[in-house]
Amino acid sequence: MTATATPDTIDAGLPAGWEMVIGLEVHAELATATKMFSPAPNRFGGDPNTNVHPVCLGLPGTLPVVNGKAIELAIRIGLALNCTVQRCVFARKNYFYPDMPKDYQISQYEEALNVDGHLELPSGPVIGIERAHLEEDTGKSTHMGVSGRIHDAGYSLVDYNRAGVPLIEIVSRPDLRTPDQAREYVDELRSILVTIGASDGKMEEGSLRVDANVSVRPVGATELRTRCEIKNVNSLRSVGRAILYEARRHVTLYEAGERPIQETRHWDEEAGRTRAGRSKEEAEDYRYFPDPDLVPVDPSPEWIDEIRATLPPLPSQRRHALMDRGAPAAGAAIAVSRDLDGLALAAIEAGADAERVITHVANNLAVDRAESLSPAHFADLIRMESAGELTATQAKQVLADMVATGRPPGDIAAEKGFQAMDSSELETLVNGIIDANLDEWGRFCAGDDKARGKLQGFFTGQVMKATKGQADGKAVNALLMARLARDTA
Amino acid sequence: MTNPVTLPDGTPVTARAGLASAVEVAAAVRSGSTSATELLEAHLARIEAADGALHAFNHVTTERARADAAAVDAAVAAGQDPGPLAGVTVALKDNLCTRGVPTTCSSRILEGWTPPYDATVVERLRAAGAVVVGKTNLDEFAMGSSTENSAFGPTRNPHDPARVPGGSSGGSAAAVAAGLTAVALGSDTGGSIRQPAALCGVVGVKPTYGLVSRYGLVAFASSLDQIGPFAPTVADAALVLETIAGHDRRDSTSIPQPAPALSAQLGDGVEGLRIGIVSELSGQGIEGFEPEVLARLHEAADALTAAGAKLDTVSVPSAVAGLSAYYMIAPAEASSNLARYDGVRYGLRREGPNTAAMMAASRTAGFGPEVKRRIMLGTYALSAGYADAFYGRAQRIRTLMISEFARVYESFDLLLCPTSPCVAFEFGAKADPLTMYLNDVCTIPSNLTGQPAISVPFGTDATGLPVGVQVMAPLLGEAAMFRAAAALEGSR
Repeated sequence: MTATATPDTIDAGLPAGWEMVIGLEVHAELATATKMFSPAPNRFGGDPNTNVHPVCLGLPGTLPVVNGKAIELAIRIGLALNCTVQRCVFARKNYFYPDMPKDYQISQYEEALNVDGHLELPSGPVIGIERAHLEEDTGKSTHMGVSGRIHDAGYSLVDYNRAGVPLIEIVSRPDLRTPDQAREYVDELRSILVTIGASDGKMEEGSLRVDANVSVRPVGATELRTRCEIKNVNSLRSVGRAILYEARRHVTLYEAGERPIQETRHWDEEAGRTRAGRSKEEAEDYRYFPDPDLVPVDPSPEWIDEIRATLPPLPSQRRHALMDRGAPAAGAAIAVSRDLDGLALAAIEAGADAERVITHVANNLAVDRAESLSPAHFADLIRMESAGELTATQAKQVLADMVATGRPPGDIAAEKGFQAMDSSELETLVNGIIDANLDEWGRFCAGDDKARGKLQGFFTGQVMKATKGQADGKAVNALLMARLARDTA
Repeated sequence: MTNPVTLPDGTPVTARAGLASAVEVAAAVRSGSTSATELLEAHLARIEAADGALHAFNHVTTERARADAAAVDAAVAAGQDPGPLAGVTVALKDNLCTRGVPTTCSSRILEGWTPPYDATVVERLRAAGAVVVGKTNLDEFAMGSSTENSAFGPTRNPHDPARVPGGSSGGSAAAVAAGLTAVALGSDTGGSIRQPAALCGVVGVKPTYGLVSRYGLVAFASSLDQIGPFAPTVADAALVLETIAGHDRRDSTSIPQPAPALSAQLGDGVEGLRIGIVSELSGQGIEGFEPEVLARLHEAADALTAAGAKLDTVSVPSAVAGLSAYYMIAPAEASSNLARYDGVRYGLRREGPNTAAMMAASRTAGFGPEVKRRIMLGTYALSAGYADAFYGRAQRIRTLMISEFARVYESFDLLLCPTSPCVAFEFGAKADPLTMYLNDVCTIPSNLTGQPAISVPFGTDATGLPVGVQVMAPLLGEAAMFRAAAALEGSR
């Protein structure tokens, strides 16, 4: 299967002989009403320090209580990512930081809720999921000073509205090989999270955040080389750019006889480069230990089954449903991403040709207006098109009217005077146009592919002009090719 | 002989002359025969007279207490029942959060902080008609066994002001012993209720872990901390525990069960109960047990035998290892629990050129030496490369102790040992931390296993200093434990 890779990328991105090894850590805020361990509302925005409660402010004497809804959403995510859902323990990750009210973060360390899953990219590859565990978000610091960085800030302001918001951290295995795959992975993951109602997946609001672990190795090698973790990758676009930059940096180092050091680096979007963050000397020892304020969460098999039963069809299942009925993979992915796969599936099941259905769904239907379209009418349209009663261009026009008026395609086509052009009628017309343009036809017959392509456009254009666009482009091409074969035989 | 703190009329505060028990107070107030206000004023007068010498209180909430007492009296006058603790004065260890009243943990680092909420136990006490009189002194963040580690100066033992009241809940123990309040609450992480209760001659209870909600208790070591009562009598302690116990959704480690009924069974006796004297915690193999403490223990055993219990000695070898395990686990948890005192959000702040320096300066200025020592110990015990050898091994000892005690409780209903190896000691006598830590050897096992234990006053040494004996029970075995405690109390 071909990747969705566009030609300007990746494999062209590194010098020959090198490949990238990429693993992603995706943090997603869960769409709960309240925070992970506190009754405070989980709400984006608001005046600073208004969505807070003594518990998420870590005031002395307060205790965390697990939000059952967050566990449920996390289990939904685990199931959607084909993970094993298991008994888990919350642990404290200890480090001092002003936007963390307790100066430790409650996370999961040795025993995570979801482990050993996988995610299938629309382009085909299956990416391993090491774990998907629960934790709490931090607040946000704003450093007031010359550079906006903590080191030379005059003072800092801290907003704890986000502190304690439930997060799921989804850690992939290092199975990704190109920046495009990484983008595809994030996009697919976001689509899964939104589909199952676990997160709003808004990267621009920070509810979905990506850290990338990047290393390179010679093609064919199996070892994992020193990786760097890139943080602050805040858009789908920067995921690809940051990975490509970092991988090239590693190759440059290796080719100069040096090697990268394991470190955390920050993506600088404006400069288009990564910068070293914490140095090795400052490496943190998080002193993890089980949080004694919380008890292990041990979801029962019955509860897990109950949650599984409420999962909607996932994007990959929806794609496969179309592909199983003859839709091309790339088109199926577009149909699902446009949320029009239900319509497409209904039309195909009503007997319409899958490829034509996907073409219209992917290109000719506005998502917000497609709701009014009856699948039965849609299927009728495709049948007319397949039977040659309408050209592709005519079908597109009829479709637009169907969406606007809700009327059946037959009525619209008749009203517009669209009719099937008899094939012998078309052949006569094509031959007539060739005979009227013999110079061009001679060049067409003698020309290379490039020249022939241009002239083919010329002839098709003439036919369309003569038929007021009612000829089927495919049929015209077929007739040109048949005549070419005869004339050059 | 001892030289107790006296009231202006020359009576020793420890004589408790004219003071009713909590059970009596509540009955009298509910019936209308006494007013809560009158009882409160008597206690406020004693505080006024004696707390200058004792320093049991960090903060006396006079006006609030008067309003609460008046409300109790108004309820009675209106024909309503103010609750089972109607008019009973309560002092709270100053690590229990009180809405609108400063909560200091006897530490400089919490200077200026006032909680915006009440601890669950405070809510429950007030709902039961109790009148909170103030916040009592403690070793800073409950770390200590003498109250000498308070940033605001030590509390003195009412029996002898040259001696410590024990700790860390020394203020609460002294306040009850001196009749400054009817009852008090403390917290017990390694003996911090039972040891001062023993040294001050009052009853002190460490309930089963999870029986009483910790919500609003400023954490020292979360897996060990438990709130419990101080009272002049076993019946008073039972009444208070019944009020504060029971499930609380705000504490995930709270046992999902209602409070046990204890008072009704207090008089049921100990006939047929199998009680083991733990040899390792009664001077066998550990030095430092005072002969008179052991003498009172054996008298207590005899008293229980006379009451119909079956006494025997029993060996629990891991009990001794508890001390070392405790001094790894408790500091480890404390190092994390106390991280939040960083000068950013509340409490003391010392400025610095950047955030990290500000945090370091605030913590350096705000914490006392014992707290710093334990934070460093605990940080080390959890460090990469050391965590398994220290924290991990301590947890394995804890697991071993839990199973060993569970096995012993297959053959015994209750266990008996001294509460403290010694009576109240003089200030500065245990300046070496290790000597001080050894003082906790008898009380620590119950915290590590989660099991309940009670300290009951049982006579004095030759100089008149109180001696306490400890009754331990299996998880949720409070009912039998209180019966034995009542039998001991009744035998004197």
